[in-house]
Amino acid sequence: MVSNGALDLRIPSDVQHIEGLVEQVVRRCAEHRFAGRQLALNVPVALTEALSNAILRGNGDASGKEVRVRAEFVDGRVVLEVEDEGGGFDLAECTGDPTTPENLEREDGRGLFLMQALMDRVERLSGPANVVRLTLIRR
Amino acid sequence: MSINVTRQRDVVVIEIEGQLIVSNRQELKQRVLDEAEGGARKILVDFGKTGYIDSSGLGVLVSLAKRLRELGGDLRLANLNDDLQTLFELTKLDTLFQIADSRERALETF
Repeated sequence: MVSNGALDLRIPSDVQHIEGLVEQVVRRCAEHRFAGRQLALNVPVALTEALSNAILRGNGDASGKEVRVRAEFVDGRVVLEVEDEGGGFDLAECTGDPTTPENLEREDGRGLFLMQALMDRVERLSGPANVVRLTLIRR
Repeated sequence: MSINVTRQRDVVVIEIEGQLIVSNRQELKQRVLDEAEGGARKILVDFGKTGYIDSSGLGVLVSLAKRLRELGGDLRLANLNDDLQTLFELTKLDTLFQIADSRERALETF
């Protein structure tokens, strides 16, 4: 953890660790006076999706791997970065529309859609690490 | 997450306390499938004590609703707070499920 109000955390690649990490980030967002809906909906759901993708897809649900999460608070916004050990993916190619009649009854396919709907910005950073960056403006 | 199961007439009411997410969705799925296997055909999920739901949780609800329909039954929802209602509207799942404002109202019409 760094001292300027930011968080830098690592968890084992196991979905059982998601809820506790999300709680920590939501608590920090509350300290930065994010709105109630952002604390109850936007941040926890979008971050859970990003962590779930990192653990199950990026890291292939393999034990022994890790996921790193950084949260920084800059100019009234939170920037969340979720890093896994996988090879990355094409955000646009992988994001479908689960609201179409043919997709509505599918069990999967809502994760990236929800991230995009609940965050102001979603990016995948190219480079040596596979990072998804979520940005939310405080309202 | 904890799951509280009660029966009101012929309706099995499943109350979810806490988050319904990727780490615990199978618990809900198995619980509802067990009830269906035991003969339950009307299942009401009460979200009055639920925090947030992720895409895996939504997916399990879709899957269970399909299974109940295949068996000639129905899975309905009640007591969504404003944030959960927004989640269902964003994903248009509010058009797939019958959602009641309260448990009582859901039971009246089930």
